[in-house]
Amino acid sequence: MGNLDKVAVAGIGNTEFSKNSGRSENQLAAECIKSALDDAGLTPSDVDGMVTFTIDNNEDVALIRNLGVDALSYSSRVPHGGGGSGGALVHAAGAIVAGLANVVVVWRAMNERSEYRFGQPNQSPPAPGGGATSMEWSVPWGAATPACWQSMVSQRYMVEFGVKNEDLAHVAVLMRKHAANNPNAFGYERPITLEDHQNSRWIVEPILRLLDCCQESDGGQAFVLTSLARARDLKQPPVRICAGAQHVPYPVDSITNFYQGDFTEMVTTMGMARKLYEQSGIGPSEIQVAQLYDHFTPIVLQHLEAWDFCNKGEGMDFVRDGNCELEGRLPINTHGGLIGEAYIHGLNSAAEAVRQIRGTAINQIANVEHSAFSSGMTGLIFGRD
Amino acid sequence: MVEEKQLRPEPWVTRDSQFFWDAAKQDELVGQCCADCGVLRSPPRPMCPDCHSLKSTAQRLSGRGTVYSWVIPRHPVVPGFEETHIVAVINLEEGIRFVSNLCDIEYDEVKPDMPVEVFFEDTQGGYRIPLFRPVGS
Repeated sequence: MGNLDKVAVAGIGNTEFSKNSGRSENQLAAECIKSALDDAGLTPSDVDGMVTFTIDNNEDVALIRNLGVDALSYSSRVPHGGGGSGGALVHAAGAIVAGLANVVVVWRAMNERSEYRFGQPNQSPPAPGGGATSMEWSVPWGAATPACWQSMVSQRYMVEFGVKNEDLAHVAVLMRKHAANNPNAFGYERPITLEDHQNSRWIVEPILRLLDCCQESDGGQAFVLTSLARARDLKQPPVRICAGAQHVPYPVDSITNFYQGDFTEMVTTMGMARKLYEQSGIGPSEIQVAQLYDHFTPIVLQHLEAWDFCNKGEGMDFVRDGNCELEGRLPINTHGGLIGEAYIHGLNSAAEAVRQIRGTAINQIANVEHSAFSSGMTGLIFGRD
Repeated sequence: MVEEKQLRPEPWVTRDSQFFWDAAKQDELVGQCCADCGVLRSPPRPMCPDCHSLKSTAQRLSGRGTVYSWVIPRHPVVPGFEETHIVAVINLEEGIRFVSNLCDIEYDEVKPDMPVEVFFEDTQGGYRIPLFRPVGS
């Protein structure tokens, strides 16, 4: 058993999500962190730890100068880009358990739509430390975007299990259905049909159409974590961290992940989920709602299988049979996911996992005891106090 | 007048991959082989993950393999790849994996695990790049 369950999420906060924030990434980060602290009933002078994950352009030293934090005792930056979004929360919890910090802020803030386009082709080697490797072994063959890299893996999964792009439409429609109720979502009041999906243009043929992809977004999302004991004295009901884990087995790669044996198995998430279940003593049947990193539709199916929510190869049937609807056995991405709400690299989905425990989600599921967040290589199970 | 075909973009050559691109200039597909324990690895890296040797040799590969996955990137267009191109993950005969392009075949004609063989094309910067096509095409 792990001991992260002595830690709680005490606050969450976000800016609006948009395609043009009209202000700097530094401002978005400062705003969402202040908002999360206000939510918790804490002030910047309470903060002594700050964590994010790679591909964020904000430095903690810049943020403490904005916020007027007294002194940082702990800083960390988890690798793997969005795959590390859950890991950032795990690092924060670990620091609190170890006594290295008392109040830790986790953030992601970016203008990945208005200032740069995250999904555009990479044409030169990325800066070191960005969490990506092996890109030089794909880009010279015209495999240069996250959509292409994900499709190369998903294609074999889809061949093996007979999943077609028209089947994936069911995932996209579901994300947009959930987003349609969410005023903070890109897809607010804009549900789509199966036909809309099939009419959208190819991004990577024959795997991903436009409506299979998350949208590059501007915005910020922050968390405040502290000990469960302290969180009980704060403004919000504490959301307990039942378990948090990372699993990066040899020889996987972050994004150009073509060198591990079997594309039909998401070995990172399988190992990560096993660790979460062992740490918490909670099994898949005891999780009532899940937020699964959906930068592209097909990966949702592999998350469902890797967490043992359904059997291998049955992810598509599990979704099509209605299990992931709000009234289904396991509602997923109840805010609309990265596809329907915004692409804040997973951290906005982790916030939805927290809201589902608090009971404050737009599409609130009844009687949630445990909620899961999966960002692939890292993830958590949240629970009530 | 015959229009000259645009050369493919120059590969990203690094200190750890120079041997691969030097061999490709001679139309040889090579893998990185541990000089001490003989294990092949891909992509190249400085240390053998099996015995931790830092010594390696370039082993000439057969150039034959099978298609593991294959897609057509459509949007956004990658500069230098304006025409339809199939990106494929190839399982090489020697047991290592390689990302490349699958040429001389239509997408719908590709079958899982179909046999393919290497050939080379010029790139900008004076390099040659390994590509694959169906065996016997």
